[in-house]
Amino acid sequence: MSDVILQMEHIDKSFDGKKILKDFNLEIGRNEFVTLLGPSGCGKSTILRIIGGFVNPDSGRVLFEGKDITHLPPEKRNVNTVFQKYSLFPHMNVAENIAFGLKLKKKSSAYIRDKIEYALKLVNLEGYESRDTTSLSGGQQQRVAIARAIVNEPQVLLLDEPLGALDLKLRHEMQRELIKIKKEVGITFLYVTHDQEEALMMSDRIIVMNKGIIQQAGNSKDIYDEPQNAFVADFIGESNIIDGIMVRDCLVSIQGVSFQCVDTGFGINKPVDVVIRPEDLEIVEKGKGYLDGQVISVIFKGAYYEIKVKVNDYEWMIQSVNPAPVGDIVGLTILPDNIQIMHKPVSDDEEVSRDE
Amino acid sequence: MNELEERSSKRHWLATPYAIWIIVFTVLPLIVIFRYALTDSAGHFTLENTAAVTSPINMKAMWFSLKIAFGCTVFCILLAYPMVLAMKHLGLGRRGISLFIIILPMWMNFILRILAWQMILSNNGILNLMITKLGFKPVAVANTPTAIMIGVVYDYLPYMILPIYTAIMDISDDLIEAAKDLGAGSFTVFFKVVFPLSIPGLLSGTVMVFVPSMTSFVISDILGGGKLQLIGNIIEQDFISGNNWHMGSGLSVALMIFVLISMEFTIREEKTGRESVIW
Repeated sequence: MSDVILQMEHIDKSFDGKKILKDFNLEIGRNEFVTLLGPSGCGKSTILRIIGGFVNPDSGRVLFEGKDITHLPPEKRNVNTVFQKYSLFPHMNVAENIAFGLKLKKKSSAYIRDKIEYALKLVNLEGYESRDTTSLSGGQQQRVAIARAIVNEPQVLLLDEPLGALDLKLRHEMQRELIKIKKEVGITFLYVTHDQEEALMMSDRIIVMNKGIIQQAGNSKDIYDEPQNAFVADFIGESNIIDGIMVRDCLVSIQGVSFQCVDTGFGINKPVDVVIRPEDLEIVEKGKGYLDGQVISVIFKGAYYEIKVKVNDYEWMIQSVNPAPVGDIVGLTILPDNIQIMHKPVSDDEEVSRDE
Repeated sequence: MNELEERSSKRHWLATPYAIWIIVFTVLPLIVIFRYALTDSAGHFTLENTAAVTSPINMKAMWFSLKIAFGCTVFCILLAYPMVLAMKHLGLGRRGISLFIIILPMWMNFILRILAWQMILSNNGILNLMITKLGFKPVAVANTPTAIMIGVVYDYLPYMILPIYTAIMDISDDLIEAAKDLGAGSFTVFFKVVFPLSIPGLLSGTVMVFVPSMTSFVISDILGGGKLQLIGNIIEQDFISGNNWHMGSGLSVALMIFVLISMEFTIREEKTGRESVIW
């Protein structure tokens, strides 16, 4: 990452004695689409508010293009925010909302008019200039909020769960549009969400957080395929997370059965967490897989069936396009490179979160 | 749905006690006043009583009332905004205490408060005592327009603060953050966001301060020493000492018309606002 636009160094922040961020470090490259992903209360919004200038960190620095902006007030920063609750000015129409920042920058009225037109076209709201913001739907209001931020040509656009208040279909539509807008305007996006699907779909880089600590950073595929701890594995997508013993390199024992895998470097006979994605498990005839168990439930989920198979005391979750009869004894098999081995959690933030 | 509407329409009767109250104590007296205003002592129709407002002495009182009411409104606005903005940044507890302090004087009798001001402002009063103690010359505030102005501002200030307070506390912090995010400094945030959104409260406050200060007569009686006449004092004298109910009613109607016109003017400003004004 040669062209770093934003850096956060050793940021600590507490609210009412509760530590929200602990020695938080982050670098964001120019033109990157970075997503902060984590459960509510993990500190992701606080990071955005620190960058926006609404919250002062207890310690640490924020650098923007190498310059320290830690104590610069929000109005002097070259970043703009799209808020979760839209926060449009109710006493102004759509055009006046979008023009707010430009008027403060004393731009010419011709320039402002062009910008409004361009921005409304970008967010698919052509001809809405004189509409009252209160008469717009949630999706339309959020589009105006995006337009209002983008016309200021910020170097970094901060998006704080911007689609959180929209219904599922509209959210999917807006996700695609945000990607389009990002390509069109070519600015850095720092996106905050608790929706893992949204993060996987949109981001160049995902930063998974829990309890104020980065759990894993990487692109969507890395995060999904190679979760580094139980928290990440559980938070990103569905997972079977089960205790195992790493017998030696490339051999793991799960429920007393030895599985071939591809992981190395965990030592000899070490307890580990094993992650297996439900879509990677395959149901075969009894006795032909690694494990045998009884089908205890089958739920149709549209694109696939979610099947639970009980082996000893553990219920394996399997996603399959073919159903299996409930009550049957079946075998389970898996390819070695679909078994992901993780170290046991060393601190509570790396554990599966149980408060849902 | 229909059933719901039906049920709610049946609830109209709940307004009956209030309706009786307002008919007996507002509508009927108004009719009586209009009857007196539009007749002479012989009972013949006349507009003279109302037109009498244009006589020099009445015009002078009217003009003085207008100045007091306008000045009072402006002072109240200038005092209320900084106060409310300061309160916005207090924690919940301290905000409650400051609100309590603002409302506290309203719990005491109005005449008592004005008499207290008379004691404070009189030539040998507390104010001059303190001023002379500090080595300055005593000031003659008693029985001047300044004394009346102090009285009305003191009395009506809470009626300006409360609606503005309500309007400003309703403004979500997100909007203020959004404005800052878009490059607005504190002054711009106030003039472009906070002030425009507080206008409904400002209008309510203006109506609640302007109208009573325009029509008051007790404050000017006590603090003006009876020499400075507001239009309210002249009407009072017509009723009490002059015993000319026709003239008093006529001037009351003229004043009422004037107030209605000026308020209409104020309310016009806010075309799209929520229900902001008192009536």
